[in-house]
Amino acid sequence: MLSDAERREIEEDIKAYADRKMGCVGALKIVQRHRGWVTDEALKAVADHLQMTPDELDSVATFYPLLFRRPVGRHVILICDSVSCYNVGYEDLLGYLTKRLGIGLGQTTEDGRFTLLPVACLGVCETAPAIMIDSDVHGGLEPPEKVEELLKLYE
Amino acid sequence: MEDKKLITVYIEDKPYRVKPERSMLDACLTLGFDLPYFCWHPAMHSVGACRQCAVKQFRDENDKKGMLVMACMTPAAEGVRISIKDPEAVEFRSKVIEWLMLNHPHDCPVCDEGGECHLQDMTVMTGHVYRRTRFKKRTHRNQYLGPFVNHEMNRCIQCYRCVRFYNDYAGGRDFGVFAAHDNVYFGRQEDGVLQSEFSGNLVEVCPTGVFTDRTLKAHYTRKWDLQTAPSICVHCGLGCNVIPGERYGTLRRIRNRYNGQVNGYFICDRGRYGYGFVNSERRIRHPYYVTCGASGEKEENKLDEGKALPHAKSLLQGAKGTIIGIGSPRASLEANYLLKRLSGPENFYAGFSGRDFNLVRRIISILTGGPIRTPTLKEVAEADAVFVLGEDVPGAAPMLGLALRQAVRQKPVEAAKKSGIPVWNDYAVRMAVQNDKGPLFIAASAATRIDPLAEGVFHGAPEDIARLGFAVAAAIRPDAPAPQGALPEAAARLVPLIAARLKTASRPVIISGTGAGSMAVIGAAANIAKSLLESGKGPGLCFVVPECNSIGLGLLGGKNLKEAVAAARQKRADTVIVLENDLFDRLSAPEAEALLAARQVIAIDHLPNHTVSMAHMVLPAAAFAEGTGTLVSNEGRAQRFYKVYVPGGQIEESWRWLAQLLAATGGAEFFTLDDVDRALAEEMPVFGGVPAAAPPADFRMSGLEIKIPRQPHRFSGRTAIHADVDVHEPKPPVDPDSPLSFSMEGFDGRPPSALISRFWAPGWNSVQAVNKFQSEVGGQLHGGDPGKRLIEPASKGPSLSYFTGIPPAFKRAWDKSLFLIVPLYHVFGSDRLSALSPPVAELVPSPYLALNPEDARDFTAREGAEIRLLIEGVSFRLPVRFDASIARGVAGFPFGLPGLHGVELPAWGRIEVKMSGWAEKSAGREWGEGEAGDV
Amino acid sequence: MSDGSERPLTGDFRSDGRPLDMGEYERAGGYLAIRRALKEMSPAEVMNEVKASRLRGRGGAGFPTGLKWSFVPDGEGQDAAGPRYIIANADEMEPGAFKDRILMENNPHMLIEGLLLGAYAIGAGCAYIFLRGEYGRAAKAIERALAEAYEKNHLGKDILGSDFSLEMRLHMSAGRYMCGEETGLINSIEGKRAIPRAKPPYPQVCGFMGRPTVVNNVETLCNVPHIIRNGAEWYKGLSQKLSADGGTKIYGASGRLKRPGAWELPLGTTARELLEEHAGGMREGFGFRGLLPGGASTEFILEEHLDVRMDFDSVQSVGSRMGTGTMVVLDDRTCPVGMQLSLQKFFARESCGWCTPCREGLPWVVHMLRAIEAGEGEMEDIDLLLEQARLLAPGHTFCALAPGAAEPLGSGVKYFREDFERHIRGKRCPWKIKSL
Ligand SMILES: Cc1cc2nc3c(=O)[nH]c(=O)nc-3n(C[C@H](O)[C@H](O)[C@H](O)COP(=O)(O)O)c2cc1C
Ligand code: SF4
Ligand code: FES
Repeated sequence: MLSDAERREIEEDIKAYADRKMGCVGALKIVQRHRGWVTDEALKAVADHLQMTPDELDSVATFYPLLFRRPVGRHVILICDSVSCYNVGYEDLLGYLTKRLGIGLGQTTEDGRFTLLPVACLGVCETAPAIMIDSDVHGGLEPPEKVEELLKLYE
Repeated sequence: MEDKKLITVYIEDKPYRVKPERSMLDACLTLGFDLPYFCWHPAMHSVGACRQCAVKQFRDENDKKGMLVMACMTPAAEGVRISIKDPEAVEFRSKVIEWLMLNHPHDCPVCDEGGECHLQDMTVMTGHVYRRTRFKKRTHRNQYLGPFVNHEMNRCIQCYRCVRFYNDYAGGRDFGVFAAHDNVYFGRQEDGVLQSEFSGNLVEVCPTGVFTDRTLKAHYTRKWDLQTAPSICVHCGLGCNVIPGERYGTLRRIRNRYNGQVNGYFICDRGRYGYGFVNSERRIRHPYYVTCGASGEKEENKLDEGKALPHAKSLLQGAKGTIIGIGSPRASLEANYLLKRLSGPENFYAGFSGRDFNLVRRIISILTGGPIRTPTLKEVAEADAVFVLGEDVPGAAPMLGLALRQAVRQKPVEAAKKSGIPVWNDYAVRMAVQNDKGPLFIAASAATRIDPLAEGVFHGAPEDIARLGFAVAAAIRPDAPAPQGALPEAAARLVPLIAARLKTASRPVIISGTGAGSMAVIGAAANIAKSLLESGKGPGLCFVVPECNSIGLGLLGGKNLKEAVAAARQKRADTVIVLENDLFDRLSAPEAEALLAARQVIAIDHLPNHTVSMAHMVLPAAAFAEGTGTLVSNEGRAQRFYKVYVPGGQIEESWRWLAQLLAATGGAEFFTLDDVDRALAEEMPVFGGVPAAAPPADFRMSGLEIKIPRQPHRFSGRTAIHADVDVHEPKPPVDPDSPLSFSMEGFDGRPPSALISRFWAPGWNSVQAVNKFQSEVGGQLHGGDPGKRLIEPASKGPSLSYFTGIPPAFKRAWDKSLFLIVPLYHVFGSDRLSALSPPVAELVPSPYLALNPEDARDFTAREGAEIRLLIEGVSFRLPVRFDASIARGVAGFPFGLPGLHGVELPAWGRIEVKMSGWAEKSAGREWGEGEAGDV
Repeated sequence: MSDGSERPLTGDFRSDGRPLDMGEYERAGGYLAIRRALKEMSPAEVMNEVKASRLRGRGGAGFPTGLKWSFVPDGEGQDAAGPRYIIANADEMEPGAFKDRILMENNPHMLIEGLLLGAYAIGAGCAYIFLRGEYGRAAKAIERALAEAYEKNHLGKDILGSDFSLEMRLHMSAGRYMCGEETGLINSIEGKRAIPRAKPPYPQVCGFMGRPTVVNNVETLCNVPHIIRNGAEWYKGLSQKLSADGGTKIYGASGRLKRPGAWELPLGTTARELLEEHAGGMREGFGFRGLLPGGASTEFILEEHLDVRMDFDSVQSVGSRMGTGTMVVLDDRTCPVGMQLSLQKFFARESCGWCTPCREGLPWVVHMLRAIEAGEGEMEDIDLLLEQARLLAPGHTFCALAPGAAEPLGSGVKYFREDFERHIRGKRCPWKIKSL
């Protein structure tokens, strides 16, 4: 079941498209914003709302890496592993984060606070290495210890 | 065939004349070149995903460098120059296989697909041999997809054919491709039964072993060890061509048999998986007669080899009065004909219900009497406007539904073609077409699975459906009779639209049939077709009939079964011979009982049923795969099916039992099927084409003395399976009825199309070998598609006149508990034979009564609540299903579901709510309510 | 005539990084071009002006923009024969590229005006901005600007008193590099998986919803208002005759440089000037080994190539492509095998999975690179890598993603072969000593 807020936002978003199905990525992002990730239940509710089948919708949902079809922590750290970041210290940053959080890529901390995922070039190469936490991009993380201050912002 | 200008293309610098408007891959395969491919499929065309069909293209004869292109994405245009043998192309094609094989499990020795695997064939064809990678393969989890299709994702080579078939071609919505990059996954969102009635085609569409036949797997045998013969599906009236495969005396699977005019590359799941009844443990394998035991109970006395005929003969010769024969729309033409000979035409009754009899007769009189052509399935798929009148097409004739799914694309595809996108560029066409659909209109009793494709839908009682049809005809040609009074608003709105769409179409098709149980609906359909014809169109008029030989039996004639009941009641029937029929399906119980109360009843059938249980003597009949004979499809196409294997016990084809009985009682002698067909053709001109439906038994490939083998030359051959009986290999049985042998020896080339037992060609072990049997890719088989149309429109002669019996508008009963009960159809369930197959039985819905929720409120607020339904004295206990598509005052009765038969629909029925005193038992039929009444 | 210091695209940016609002944009001459076009120019004239300006697409392939527009059938007259569409490609997922982001974050109205002019020229009634999901700041800026533009009737019905109408929407994507490929992008807006479509038919004929559609890069579109405002001659002059192509280019550079960043410069500025003057040269203690001139999907060039002019044709003369014009610099303390692995991991992961060579070939390449980097490589792997780079050629694959991956792969292995061999011989990565 979609919440009223979700339903309202989805309806608003769909206005941009000629056909309800076209709004499916946007709709999934909305439920993800509300729930952290796209649960099977949410997937089915959105599919229903857009007159799609769950199969049709999941076929699209699983294509896009920023739609999470598995549970994530309260905050998602997306670490850019593309070439510009690689060249200026991605490996050190990743090493630091995995040690500091005690998790590897694709994992969630035991307290459910952070999930660490790789992401393609964030488009802030001039300030590489960079990460994105939830929807905020942070660059210039060389040396990696700089990330400490940032983590504090995400309880 | 259209007469198009040919163009010249060059392959390895040699000129070839080919048809334009096709891809170079299509052209190469048509010309007989071996060029590997995966994502391309002859029915689904090109998308260019797999990159397997790479060839070198040269600008002109001076271009020596050329560039790699995908043949499937290259238009065959004047002067196109390609090389298949170019070293760079050869290398690239083998590298594509190498890529595909990086993650393939190489489990051929344990893979169901092995030996019939397109991936194996293409791997050999490209010469890829050595594995150069040392890294781990990616693996996937498999899904449970229901009783029909097995899933083994690791074998996937990501050709996307499955989704393209299941979703794009067949309109499925519960299947898909998930994730991305080298992790793409083909399956369902979650485990569960595939919902499409065409899911089984995945087995043939998939070029490797991801989707395989679960019913074959259940008792697996290597595919080259299957004995096969050409056959015809017996589960609806369309006559799809199939290839059943047998091993060790049991049927193991059914596969599609290409027929360009009929089913093309596909069949439905009812046809593919409905064969289980043939292997039933309940099969009647020996003749027997019934005596009364000391304590009055019936005893079955098995008759040994050679004893059945004398016994039957004595019964017939001891007849103290008339011997009547009751034919069957599911028995072969030959069997029905010989029964008619045996009983005499005056005592032969067509084994339809009274209503079906009239409906089929009307259909036949329209088709044989008028100048209107009935289209082939292929022609339906090419229609550019369709009006369905009174049929649940997907429920009653699934492959016709698949054809309609293609028909709605015709108009938009033509538009795409006009803007320069060739039809074969499938994905581009789909993107151009988007959700556009050509005109399809449906008028039916309740929602059908293809309603979402339709431009307009009307749901109503048969009377109103008929009135809508008459109104459309009158809107097309004012001289056609128009209904008096108003139509329901929803129907009235559609009239001008439907008329306009049909009038402006170039290939309109009207579909109707026996499904609504209404003579008026059929008449209305004929009127529309006639009105179009008179407006200068060449409309197609296609009728859905319920059984595999409904039309054959209808053409053969005979009397109405109701008259047989009357005869029996008047004690004018001493002996009754029932051919492959359960009269309780066709008549009410009292009627059937009256008929079977004759002094002597002989039943010929393959499975026990109510009728068989009341017979005094029973002869074991061959099921379709165990016999040879002819069926006539709804198109009027006479098609031969062949004995795939010799069944155990004393099973014989019904026609052979009857031929022997005929001879034994002093009648004419028929030794082979050809004898029967010759006599039939001579006696009734309409069957003149039957002998030509397939080559006669003495047919031999020119200059050769050998027959055509049923077993492939790769057959493992002799086994020790009978060693406990005899260490010598038994002599293969002889087959006097066909040019086929029960052996692997014989002619190993390409036989006439009606005799193709399997599609195989050197290097092409999978079903893809069909390319080598066609005169052009996707066209007819060499020598013409199998079967012979018995009904062609008379070019001159008396034109059908308009039907006038327009019924008054449907009015709901004043009594709120009275409903017009109309039949509903289910792919799985409405055909009784296929429903006996265990995997199909799993998917048969449980019985119900469908009511408009508004009406249902008078009885219950809760869906699923049980009501009692009384139709003409027969009572049924059924849970209510809400169905908003059903008109007020009408109730839908899922005909043929377990316990739901023996009434003629539509009929008025009374609904009663649960009263105390009802026994708590499951839904279904109740007998002996004592409110009996004859119709 | 320009003196070479003109920066039409970025010159008006605010120094505080806040996006220009409607008033600020208009004060800087914004929306004059569309006003002029609507009043004085026919759609064909707008198209011809763009053609004459020699503007070439900034999305990577450098296709002449005016020419692309002219492929739309019946280009003139809005809704003459059904709807047409124009889409701004703001996916910018090419590793190393960040120029479109800068434009959108700082001056979203410029993009809107570019789209307006494009829509007017081809007769589109609906425009989309396809923005990558990670560009949250740009999204906010665009959303605000769209609201302002609608409010002032710069968008919507009968724009600025003309009979030209345009609806414009922001579409936020959810990742996957393939979405940037124009036909994948169209599928993506349609709510489908972003797999590419066959060409032909080209989107200009059959694109979004089966209708004629133009897809242009953000930077491309941002040039259009300036061309219409100041004329094609002025525009061509911006490149000071350094290049046959007109205008300025937003170049960028990332890596161990003193001042990584982006600069708007005349088209045809040399790579050396970018590197040494604008980016300030290599950081202390780091030496230059090579660079990818236009993002991840371009061939490496070396020191000896640095004097090449960064325009579409010249870069090809040194065996590479201008691509997005944003350079990725490899220094001498970064492992070329590791960098290659990072590149190929990206391409393999971002592949849509539609065609075989890309879907299967790239992960194999990654396997080999990973093995080499881990000291488990074999000498044959090097030839296999080169073979894969050769096989993943344009035309062999369905779209340009895999060929894009092959460019740094082939050139990387060729130029840094010795480094690959050292990994294999030494059975370890020579750069990893630090962490031992
Ligand atoms: C895999 C792939 C990714 C691409 N990503 C982008 C992108 O993010 N932004 C972009 O403008 N063009 C991208 N392109 C190029 C587009 O397909 C298209 O050529 C471009 O948007 C056209 O705009 P232009 O003519 O203005 O350059 C990509 C191409 C490919 C093959
Ligand atoms: S090259 Fe092939 S698999 Fe790769 S992104 Fe393009 S179409 Fe998809
Ligand atoms: S068959 Fe041509 S690319 Fe697949």
